[in-house]
Amino acid sequence: MISRREFVIAASAAASLTAASGRSLAQVASSGKLTQDDLLRFDAAGKVTLLHITDTHAQLNPIYFREPSVNLGVGETKGLPPHVTGTSFLDQFKIKPDSPEAYALTSEDFVSLAKAYGRMGGFDRIATLVKAIRAERGEDNVLLLAGGDEMQGSWTSLKTQGEDVLQALKALKLDAMVGHWEFTYGADRVKEIAEAGPFAFLAQNIRSLEWQEEVFPAAKVFERGGAQIAVIGQAYPRTPIANPRWMIPDWEFGLREDDLRKQIETVRSGGADVVVLLSHNGFDVDRKMAGRVKGIDVILTAHTHDAIPTAVEVDKTLLIASGSHGKFLSRLDLDVKDGKVAGYRFGLIPVFSDAITPDAEMSKLIADSRAPYSAELAREIGRTESVLYRRGNFNGTLDDVICQAMIEQRDVEIALSPAFRWGTSLLPGDPITFEAISNATAVTYPSCYRNTMTGKQFKDVLEDVADNIFNPDPYFQGGGDMVRLGGVGYAINVAQPIGKRISNLTLLKSGAPIEADKSYTVAGWASVNQNVEGPPIWEVVERYVADRKTIKVEPNDAIKVTGA
Amino acid sequence: MMLFERAHSRREALRVAAISAAVAALTPQLAFAKSEDVKAEIDKLYGGKEMTAGKLKLDMPEIAENGLVVPINIEVESPMTEADYVKSVSVFAEGNPFPRVLTYHFTPACGRAAASLRMRLAQTQNVIAVAETSTGQLYTAKSEVKVTIGGCGG
Repeated sequence: MISRREFVIAASAAASLTAASGRSLAQVASSGKLTQDDLLRFDAAGKVTLLHITDTHAQLNPIYFREPSVNLGVGETKGLPPHVTGTSFLDQFKIKPDSPEAYALTSEDFVSLAKAYGRMGGFDRIATLVKAIRAERGEDNVLLLAGGDEMQGSWTSLKTQGEDVLQALKALKLDAMVGHWEFTYGADRVKEIAEAGPFAFLAQNIRSLEWQEEVFPAAKVFERGGAQIAVIGQAYPRTPIANPRWMIPDWEFGLREDDLRKQIETVRSGGADVVVLLSHNGFDVDRKMAGRVKGIDVILTAHTHDAIPTAVEVDKTLLIASGSHGKFLSRLDLDVKDGKVAGYRFGLIPVFSDAITPDAEMSKLIADSRAPYSAELAREIGRTESVLYRRGNFNGTLDDVICQAMIEQRDVEIALSPAFRWGTSLLPGDPITFEAISNATAVTYPSCYRNTMTGKQFKDVLEDVADNIFNPDPYFQGGGDMVRLGGVGYAINVAQPIGKRISNLTLLKSGAPIEADKSYTVAGWASVNQNVEGPPIWEVVERYVADRKTIKVEPNDAIKVTGA
Repeated sequence: MMLFERAHSRREALRVAAISAAVAALTPQLAFAKSEDVKAEIDKLYGGKEMTAGKLKLDMPEIAENGLVVPINIEVESPMTEADYVKSVSVFAEGNPFPRVLTYHFTPACGRAAASLRMRLAQTQNVIAVAETSTGQLYTAKSEVKVTIGGCGG
């Protein structure tokens, strides 16, 4: 058993994180103690409850995860959630600074609030909440869905090819999931996971390359609360571009709007009262899709790791954004009448690990799955004096460390680190364990290559990645952040088209401009190409941290952003 | 040039597609066509006649998963009777060594004016299709396909 942390926060009442009546979390916190009951309090509506977790990235235990301080929207999404951060976010959702909600949802005052409110997430805490909600609503009225990226992002998931999380999801009695990073375990393993059941692994948008046949079931209809609920799966449509295609050589992905429309017709004509799209498109893509594809009641969004405390309505479709790394459990109550959603109530439940009694059965399952790796996970390599985090459009301190490690350990001028949005955070004073390093690097294609690149090639790569995030049309966005750079500074105008966003590329060491025809030594990792040579990135980072013992990251001012 | 003698199934279409892809897979040393070359070729073939959008559907991915084999589905709305049928559909690509990639010829016996092919696209470019009916109508559709260097997805 863990001890309950005392939440001592001087705060007056603020808006509740949930749409529920009763005491808000800020009120609760101001009264001294946040309890499990406070997190579970919910003004129920209708008979059906959808529960959604997503992008847990295999974090079975509670973690720190700093939300981004920079998350720019371009084109028509500019200034709309999730492209709102910091104090603007607090203002928009009427959240009191220093409140539990402020800690969970923004990066404002992250370090001190993290110390006050503790770690978030943990599958044993999620299990407690899910069980309590099932008990409140009745087993037959609750549907638990996972949005993908559940089985990758930790050392134990990498070593077991997702088996540790698979067992945890089974124990949660998951009803259905979709995939993205799951595909990086290769086609055979994904098939095995999909067939391991009892939950459904859905994808309306994956086809065999040769015959264009479905690879996974597109949809599954569940009866809950007396209503027929059709769940249609949408895998991450850009998987073969953003991740190694050679691992899934016979499958084709894509958005497949027309196929989705047909699927909606099929389930509706089959008697579905509610149509849910369990999606890994990313929020902006889903918002656009909701406006173009009619007949979806709810889109459970994923991929871009956004946590939004209210449902976003697009025409008649509700968009839910449930965050990442197990920090949140979304609860959506639906009032279904005459084959239609007549009303709803939504709550984004923050999983404050210290306020929730862990589910004993799940705790044991997690401990057992970690046991064979406990020594390597706990190995302390060094300590950090700075907060280490990854999220943000342009840089994160953790990626600064990884880039610096590559520059020193691989002896190169320039380091490139992929702009993944997953990876846990460390607080100043925390030990840097091997587990902490692997939480930011555990991929099935970890080779840290050493190569040369001309200045032109290098700029082309940056332009390509920048367009993947700042193309004004969400359908051309891939959902990652900007590639992280070591040794180089640049200016970026996010409002420009491809080829014109990046300028002033400069080698930081000498201050010399990057020349188009000149060759530079470059190191990077997680290349999508096959047969990449080099040591795994976690070894490179471990050697660097071991050499330094203490890590301190200076503020990164090498990137000048305009056009936002 | 290929002549469809009857309505084709998807599998047959793919067999045809393999041939088309081979046609498109010319050596990269050749100069690429440009948008003005494509326009000139279309003007040459169709005499600058007016074209309308809508009836011709050109279904392509927004982003190519593999630039070497980008899937394209073409379908034209038509009664496909002796009196009114789609005679041909041509595909043009602004990044292809030759502006016109291929032409499909149809007869009323085809039943449907539909075809699927896979094409090599070396870089981000516009793909344009033009359908000509037996009554002299011209339909067109354009699709921009993005070909990336390599992605970073979250």
